[in-house]
Amino acid sequence: MLHETKVTVKIPRPLYRKVQLVIEKSGFSSPTDFIVFVLRDLLGEAERKGPAPAEKAADTIEPNEDFSATDLEAVKQKLKNLGYL
Amino acid sequence: MIAPHGGRLINRVVEGAERDRLLGLAPKLPKVVLNAREMADVDMIAVGAMSPLEGFMTKADYDSVLARRRLAGGLPWTIPIVLAVKPDASAESYKEGQDVALETQDGQLLAILHVASKWKMDKGDEARKVLRTDDAAHPGVGYLATLGDTYLGGTLSVVNRLKYEKYNNRRLDPVETRTLFKQKGWKTIAAFQTRNPIHRAHEYLTKVALEIVDGLMLHPLMGETKSDDVPADVRMKCYEALLASYYPKERTALAVYPQAMRYGGPSEAVLHAICRKNFGVTHFLVGRDHAGVGKYYGSYDAQKIFDEYAPGEIGINLLKFENSFWCKRTGGMASTKSSPAGPEERVELSGTQVRDMLRAGTLPPPEFSRPEIAKILIDAMKAK
Repeated sequence: MLHETKVTVKIPRPLYRKVQLVIEKSGFSSPTDFIVFVLRDLLGEAERKGPAPAEKAADTIEPNEDFSATDLEAVKQKLKNLGYL
Repeated sequence: MIAPHGGRLINRVVEGAERDRLLGLAPKLPKVVLNAREMADVDMIAVGAMSPLEGFMTKADYDSVLARRRLAGGLPWTIPIVLAVKPDASAESYKEGQDVALETQDGQLLAILHVASKWKMDKGDEARKVLRTDDAAHPGVGYLATLGDTYLGGTLSVVNRLKYEKYNNRRLDPVETRTLFKQKGWKTIAAFQTRNPIHRAHEYLTKVALEIVDGLMLHPLMGETKSDDVPADVRMKCYEALLASYYPKERTALAVYPQAMRYGGPSEAVLHAICRKNFGVTHFLVGRDHAGVGKYYGSYDAQKIFDEYAPGEIGINLLKFENSFWCKRTGGMASTKSSPAGPEERVELSGTQVRDMLRAGTLPPPEFSRPEIAKILIDAMKAK
């Protein structure tokens, strides 16, 4: 049997309706996509405020000389928040 | 990591005191209200997606691109990236050496253009050299007709990034895609450019690419397209559905390519390849009639143009594909390169046939289109 990678979470229907209104013409294809995006963003924020990760020290991407370690961390966090990493 | 075109990823976004200074200056400057193509160009230049460009082309670069498909410094480049004075504005309002505020159509300041060059262009000459036609029915020629006849060139200082209404969760700058590839451990990355829904034939090309590289970036063009192209919203649904069911999640990424279509066929294929290199892509797929429209280009002109450059000059590996199809004899996807079958043994449908089927609510054969994709397209046609 395949391992299920997603779970169902119940939210109040009025809140769901509000989400439906918010995502109209927003580019999110469903309330679920929007809610996953928001949760990832919030959890990412919480992680940022937590202890600095060990990997923070150095990881060169070298796109140009102006790109700092702080910038790199912000990019990694965005990629995590968007579900790419 | 592959080097950007010209060796350095350009960053024209200004911050801090310099940004404050320019914001204070902007209201006193002459302005140009940008069209959709120009707005996307500004945003791509800002983050290095069109490196080594640091702004709209000057006359030297423009003339060089038209004459020899290279920037004035010698780097390959095939499409002018230019800013035109609007037809209803006086070209006399703008002077070389002057700063000009560039605004969106709803009055948002995007950037300051430091005008280094101003010149009168010849629309017919540009069309013939870049688009290989001056036929008014070609959408690129039609676009030129909407412009004024004076170009302004110079570097940009971008004070505000363009705010997009859609797909913000799919928009990655070059520095972000490069970081993504690094974090994923992908050393070789293929990018697939498309402005259409992906059916089995194009899926096959991406799968072939995926067999030889570490990762695949589906990089659909979501900038301005012709009004009769499939709408971006519908296409995005198709891409998401296809990736969800038919690709390995850990080896694929979907991100928006924000440039506007030029319909420049071969010229545009080179531009697409160069820009993907800036995003960190190492392999670029070029199929039949890439970026073409109508019958203006030969089926493989967009592959042949790369032969005009010395090996390594473009700097990205080209994956050239011929027309692909479901082959009844071999029982799989194939192309004329890999199957001995004749046309009668291929499952191929013309664009018109597919549109007619979808309009009638009929699913094309699964050998042509995944049913999930066909259903999205049928629903979109019903909703029209």
